Amino acid sequence: MSLQIRLHVNGNAVTADVSPDTLLVTFLREHQHLTGTHVGCDTASCGACTVLVDGIAVKSCNVLLAQVQGCQITTIEGITPADGSLHPMQAAFKACHGLQCGFCTPGMIMSAIDLVTHHEHASEAEIRAGLQGNLCRCTGYHNIVRAVMQAAPIMRGTQS
Amino acid sequence: MSSTRAPLIGQPVERKEDYRFVTGTGQYTDDIVLPRQTYAAFVRSPHAHAHLRSVDVAAARDAPGVLAVYTGKDLTSIGGVPCGWLIHSIDGTPMKEPKHPILAEDKVRHVGDPIALIVAESAREAKAGAALVEVEYDVLPAVVNLATAAASSTSVHDIAPDNICFTWAVGDKAATDAAFARAAHVTRLSLVNNRLIPNAIEPRAANAHYSPASDSYTLYVTSQNPHVERLLMAAFVLGIPEHKLRVVAPDVGGGFGSKIYLYAEEAALVWASRRVGRPIKWTAERSESFLTDAHGRDHVTTAELALDADGKFLALRVDTIANMGAYLSTFAPCIPTILHATLLAGQYATPHIHCQVRAVFTNTAPVDAYRGAGRPEATYLLERTVERAARELAIDPPELRRRNFIRTFPYSTPVGLTYDTGDYEATLDRVLELADVHGFPARKAESERRGLRRGIGYSCYIEACGIAPSSIAGALGARAGLFEAGEVRVHPTGKVTVFTGSHSHGQGHETTFAQVVADKFGLPLEDVEIEHGDTAKVLFGMGTYGSRSLAVGGSAIVKAADKILTKGCRIAAHLLEASDEDIEFRDGAFRVKGTDRSKTFAEIALAAYVPHHYPIEQLEPGLNENAFYDPPNFTFPAGSYVCEVEVDPDTGAARVDRFTACDDFGNVVNPMIVEGQVHGGLAQGIGQALLEGCRYDEESGQLLTGSLLDYALPRADDLPNFRVETVKGTPCKHNPLGVKGCGEAGAIGSPPAVINALLDALAPCGVRDLDMPATPLRIWQAIEAARAKR
Repeated sequence: MSLQIRLHVNGNAVTADVSPDTLLVTFLREHQHLTGTHVGCDTASCGACTVLVDGIAVKSCNVLLAQVQGCQITTIEGITPADGSLHPMQAAFKACHGLQCGFCTPGMIMSAIDLVTHHEHASEAEIRAGLQGNLCRCTGYHNIVRAVMQAAPIMRGTQS
Repeated sequence: MSSTRAPLIGQPVERKEDYRFVTGTGQYTDDIVLPRQTYAAFVRSPHAHAHLRSVDVAAARDAPGVLAVYTGKDLTSIGGVPCGWLIHSIDGTPMKEPKHPILAEDKVRHVGDPIALIVAESAREAKAGAALVEVEYDVLPAVVNLATAAASSTSVHDIAPDNICFTWAVGDKAATDAAFARAAHVTRLSLVNNRLIPNAIEPRAANAHYSPASDSYTLYVTSQNPHVERLLMAAFVLGIPEHKLRVVAPDVGGGFGSKIYLYAEEAALVWASRRVGRPIKWTAERSESFLTDAHGRDHVTTAELALDADGKFLALRVDTIANMGAYLSTFAPCIPTILHATLLAGQYATPHIHCQVRAVFTNTAPVDAYRGAGRPEATYLLERTVERAARELAIDPPELRRRNFIRTFPYSTPVGLTYDTGDYEATLDRVLELADVHGFPARKAESERRGLRRGIGYSCYIEACGIAPSSIAGALGARAGLFEAGEVRVHPTGKVTVFTGSHSHGQGHETTFAQVVADKFGLPLEDVEIEHGDTAKVLFGMGTYGSRSLAVGGSAIVKAADKILTKGCRIAAHLLEASDEDIEFRDGAFRVKGTDRSKTFAEIALAAYVPHHYPIEQLEPGLNENAFYDPPNFTFPAGSYVCEVEVDPDTGAARVDRFTACDDFGNVVNPMIVEGQVHGGLAQGIGQALLEGCRYDEESGQLLTGSLLDYALPRADDLPNFRVETVKGTPCKHNPLGVKGCGEAGAIGSPPAVINALLDALAPCGVRDLDMPATPLRIWQAIEAARAKR
C-alpha cells in the first residue's frame, strides 16, 4: 500500500508515492537526495534532522511524510542562496566559529532561524533555552550562542 | 606577485571548510549511495554474557529483500579485531589478549555483541530480516563491576580466569613507600572516574565495495585515521595486501576517540561485499552507538599524597583498576598505563611516584581512548587529591600548587616523561586574575542572599600530546609507528595542494594547515588546499587523536615544504645564474642575496613543470615533495582552570556559573580554532563532572543509559559562557612550529575544577567527598548524609 503525498520542498511542488510509514527525514534524504538534513539519533533527542515545516522548526525524524501533506518544507539547502552567498544565520555561524565537525550544524541553523524569527530580541539565556532541542558535541555551544546573537539583528533588518 | 604581507599564522582566519558545512553540502559516510547499493543490519546479543546454543538464519534468508546472512561460522577464515598495544605485567608476562571475533563464535560477551550480519536491498528489509534470526542462548552470570571483577567466580574469557588482563606498574615503589614513612601529612582519597559514552553526533557508518575489475576493496568509513584502519583491516583481519584496500574517511561528524578504532562491523562489511558482489552500507542507530562504540574512562582509584611540614609534596602513591570491557579495543591497554600513570607528576616536582594499574575484563562494551584518554583520569585524581590536601592543611589551594610547581626545564618526572618546557606560574597567575578570584567572597555573599551555596575550585593540568617517538612507543608496547606523513604538491601555476595523514573531523585542519603552508610560501590562503582522509590520495598517515595533528602532522608538512623551497632555490639559482648558496627565499620570492634579482614562487613552479631552461642534469623536473616526521618527544601543553558553581542546598541542583581557562599551547596558528577546541573540551569535561555517567545493571549487565533520553549530554542551557585565554606561552622546543596541541585540554582540566568547586560550596554542609557525575540526586544525598552524621 502506498500513499500519495503532495507538498512543497524548498519552494518546489513535489508529489510522492510512499509507504505510509515513511518518515519526513527519510523522504528528504533518500527520495529527494537532500543530504544536508542529518540523522543523529533514534529518540528525537539530537535535532540534527531539524527542518522548517510551514516556518516552524520540526525534528523531521519524528514526523511521518503523511503528516506534512500540503505543507511547505524548508531544509538547509532551501535557505542557501544560489549565488554562493550565505543566509545571515549561516554567515554568522561561519564568522563566529559556531561549528566544528558540521554534523549538527544544518539542524542547529534551522532551529536558530525559527528561534530568531519568533523571538526577535531573545536574550542569551533565551537562546540557550531555545536551542535545548539541538545537541552539539563539538563547540560547547559558546560560539553557537554568539552566532545566533550576531545573526538576530541582521535577520531583523532583512525581514523588515 | 606576493610581496610582504602580514603572517597568517596567529590570525583568527575563518575556516575554509565552513561553506560546505553551513550549507549542508558536506559529504558524510551515510550520504554516500553507490550504484547497486545494498544495506546491512546486525543481530546483536540482548544478553551481557551467554553461550550461543544455536543460531538459526533460515527464516531470515528467505525474508523479502534479504540477499545474504552471515554468522561467526562463516567468518572463521579471517582474523579477529586486533589490538594495537601490548602491555606486560609486573611479572613480565604479556597481557591476556583474547580473540575478538568479528561475529560472535561460541559466546557473546556484552549486550550488543554482533552475532549475525544481514544484507538486504534496503535498510528496512535488512532490519526486518535481522528480527527473524532465531538465537538460543545459555545465559551466564555477567561480570559487571570493575572493582570486584577479579574476585568474580565468572570469567569473561577462559584465558583470563580471574578477569585480569594485566597488572602493570611504573615508578620506584621502595622509594615512594620510604617517602610516605617520613611524611608529616598524608592525604588519602578514593576516586571513581565515571564511565562515559562518547556520542559523536554522527553515528558510526561504513559503506564497503569490492571491484572484481581491479580485485580491490573500497571502504567509506567514519574514521579518524583511514590509514590505520587500512593497515589493521588488511594485515590483521582480512589477510589481503594493503594496496587492495582503499579506505576513505570523508567528512566525519566528530570522533573524540570513538572513531579511531577498527570495529567489527566495518570488517564484516568489507568481507561480505565481495561475497554479495554489491556495495553494502551500514549506519549505526544511536542505540547501537551506545552499545558498541568504545566507551571512555571507567577507573576506580585510591590515591595518597605525602607532604612535608611545609606542604611540599614528597611522594604520590596510586592504585587503579581500569575497565577494558569485554574485548581489547585498538589502543585500550595503553590508556590507563602509558597515557595515565606517566602523567601523574602533573605540574609538580613530586620526587617519588608509584602507580599500579590492574586492567580487568567485564561483560560491558570495550573501553578505549575518549577525549583526553588517560590524562583526564590522571589529572582528576591528582587535582582532587591536591585540593583535598590544601583543605586539610588549611593552605590556599593555588598557594599549595605554587609551592610545588616544576620550575626548571627540561624536567624528568619519576614516571618516565621529560617535559621540554613550561611556565605553570604564568597560567596560574593569569587565570586567578581573569577569574576575578578577589571578587569571589562578594559573589558568594550575594549567592547566599538567594539561599544558594557558591564554591570555587581549581585545577592545574598537564597534557602529553603526540605520543612519540616511535622507538620509545614501540618499547612501551605500541605495535605501530607514531609519526605522520605529508606531501606538498606545487602545481605548474604555483597553487598548492597539501596531502596530510592527519584527519580533520571538526578540528579545522583545512584552514590551520593552509595557514602554515601559505605563510611558508608567501601565498594567499585560497591558493593552498588541504586533502586528507583517502588512502588512495594521501601517501600514508597515522591519523588524528591525542591532540597530535598540528604538532606531528603539521611538522611533516613543514618538512615537505622546506624540501620544496630547497629545490626551488636550486631552480632559481639556475635561472638567475647564481650559485645555490646565493639564493634565499623571502617574501614570496626566490632572490639573489644583496641584489634585486628574483623569481616569484609561481615562476619557479612553472619552470619546474616546463623545464625548457632547467638544470635537468642535476635536478628532476616537477615540484612535489613528501616527508615523514617522527617527533623526538611528546609535547606538554599545560594550563590552569578556575570554576565557580552555585548549588541549591534544598534540591541539590548545581550550575557552573563561571568557568575560566588559561592555557599554554605554545605557538598558536589559529586562535579562533584553538578557543573553539577548548570550549568543546570544557563542555565534555563539565558534562563528565555534572551530567554524564554510563550505567550498566550490576546483575544483568544491561546498559541502563542506552539512549539520549537516559544519558545526559550537555545541552546549551547546561553550560555557561566560558572565559578562555591562551597565554603567549612557552613554544615547544622540538617541533618546527613550536606548537603543542589543544584538542583535549578542556576535557582534561575541567572535571576536577568542577568537583573541587562543588566541594568548596558544600564544605559548610559537612560534605567532604562527591563522585562524578555530581547530579542533583547525588549532591542532595551527600548533603543529607552529612546532615545525618552531625
